[in-house]
Amino acid sequence: MDTVDHALEAPQGASLPPGMLRGIPQTLLKRQQLYDLAFRSVTRMFAFLVLALLLGILISLLIGSWPAIQAFGPGFLASHEWNPVTEKFGALVPIFGTVATSFIALSIGIPVSFGIAVFLTELSPLWMRRPIGTAIELLAAIPSIIYGMWGLFVFAPVFADYVQPWMIDYLGPIWFIGPLFKGAPQGIGMLTAGLILAIMVIPFIASVMRDVFEVVPAMLKESAYAVGATTWEVVWNVVLPYTKIGVVGGILLGLGRALGETMAVTFVIGNAHRLGTSLFAPGNSIASALANEFTEAVGGLYTSALIELGLILFLITFVVLALSKILLYQLAKREGTLT
Amino acid sequence: MDRAALYRRRRIVNFVYLGISVLAVLFGLFWLVWILWTLFAQGLQALNPAMFTQTTPPPGSAGGLANAIFGSLLMSLLATLIGTPVGILAGTYVAEYGRRGWLGPATRFVNDILLSAPSIVIGLFVYAVYVAKVQHFSGWAGTFALALIVIPVVLKTTENMLRLVPDTMREAAAALGAPQWIVISFVTLRAARAGIITGVLLAIARISGETAPLLFTALNNQFWSFNMDAPMANLPVVIFQFAMSPYQDWQTLAWGGALLVTLSVLALNIVARAVFAQKSTIA
Repeated sequence: MDTVDHALEAPQGASLPPGMLRGIPQTLLKRQQLYDLAFRSVTRMFAFLVLALLLGILISLLIGSWPAIQAFGPGFLASHEWNPVTEKFGALVPIFGTVATSFIALSIGIPVSFGIAVFLTELSPLWMRRPIGTAIELLAAIPSIIYGMWGLFVFAPVFADYVQPWMIDYLGPIWFIGPLFKGAPQGIGMLTAGLILAIMVIPFIASVMRDVFEVVPAMLKESAYAVGATTWEVVWNVVLPYTKIGVVGGILLGLGRALGETMAVTFVIGNAHRLGTSLFAPGNSIASALANEFTEAVGGLYTSALIELGLILFLITFVVLALSKILLYQLAKREGTLT
Repeated sequence: MDRAALYRRRRIVNFVYLGISVLAVLFGLFWLVWILWTLFAQGLQALNPAMFTQTTPPPGSAGGLANAIFGSLLMSLLATLIGTPVGILAGTYVAEYGRRGWLGPATRFVNDILLSAPSIVIGLFVYAVYVAKVQHFSGWAGTFALALIVIPVVLKTTENMLRLVPDTMREAAAALGAPQWIVISFVTLRAARAGIITGVLLAIARISGETAPLLFTALNNQFWSFNMDAPMANLPVVIFQFAMSPYQDWQTLAWGGALLVTLSVLALNIVARAVFAQKSTIA
């Protein structure tokens, strides 16, 4: 510990009496080193705990779903049967519902989020940026059960009375996409679930897009403006190409949210284990099947099949979120700032 | 095409797309206003003193949400008390010690995934490792599930806030002879305090509205219960059950509860922003 002692020596001309620094007893130094080691080990242990949590979730779901995996094998993914009485289960209907509602959510959410991010970074006067940005972020703060209640009691009736009949009349006869808009206008169903999910993912995607648009160097944009580009041309030809990795990362983050959203979807999707082409028909998603059936499930195989659904959901969202994070890290690395 | 026409066309394209972008903002704000308006219109009718003094009623009779409010407060409080230290310590490791080596980046990556992972899967996890073992739903199970949601939020903000603390501050403390644990706990963590409090408030806001992880853990309880080892009433699950029921009184109570939950979540968000903004102006 010679070097430490040396470092503690008071510089020449310092007003402190040299003894105060030099005279640190070795026992005190040892004790502090012990504290340091303890502190480091404790924080390290908790960091490990977070890693263990992810592994724990995977392993516990795998164990819980083992009976169903053994009983149905890979066919579980392809079967559309879901019959608690005969104990025949397949995941196709909920997987389809999860993917389809998320797809609807993204196809509406992406353009709207893009518009909001463009407004907040390029168009809005400075004094409006904060209030509008905050208002959009508040959309993410509203609990999902509120979206569900509002969707079921307020949005669905309005949708069934005014929008769906119009869609049946005008979109129904169109070749190819027509069958999507057939059926009775009940208000609830896959399309309603997708629309409400769209509102819910907008704040997440918009805030990532805004953040990545803000890192575009001003010089790049100013150069484009200087050669006469319009605001839209700057956004489309300079900002977007520069940030495309981050934009895709933001979209995947929104997708991850949409795939796992439970309560809002449970209220409005209709909860029917049925496979159809119509978006007006009630369906089911993985999360809503779990929310509705798990506590009522009797019999080991039924519970196990539901846990396997949860495992599938976790794996899908894991892959999507991991991709999203990798893309966003890449953009951050290029910027030299890791957020 | 002559130049004037080309110029005009570009101007029109610009105008149209920027117009669409303004419409997108209005589209987003439209839903916010509609949802909040519905909540106030429906929730204010249900709001009365009985809501805070009486327990959840059977269908067809009057009652309140007192037991559910109590259960939610208790479970959120305990979950925050459990989750916050874990999140702060792990976040400290990632920001202060994890700059080199694999554990820091790996923890940050996994934490980012847990932050957005479906909360219903957290509920399933607690069910599998705790509820299934002890064979009954309980307030503790709900608390654990909520704590697991608190951890990633607190970890993330702790890490981000510690990163904002300039290294010169750490070096200054070290130059005075402070050991690293003192530098971290009395200098950097203290400098990041306001930001970390913001993170904790946001975590509380997040768990106040969480329903999915409580469905298979705390479940619900129609009566007063102070026993954490028994099923416990909580606002989100009561709202879910009452809203899905066919009874008018239950639905009204559900709206009242929904207004209560949303107001507390929004208030926590606003307070969190205020705490953070105050810190930023001082710094």
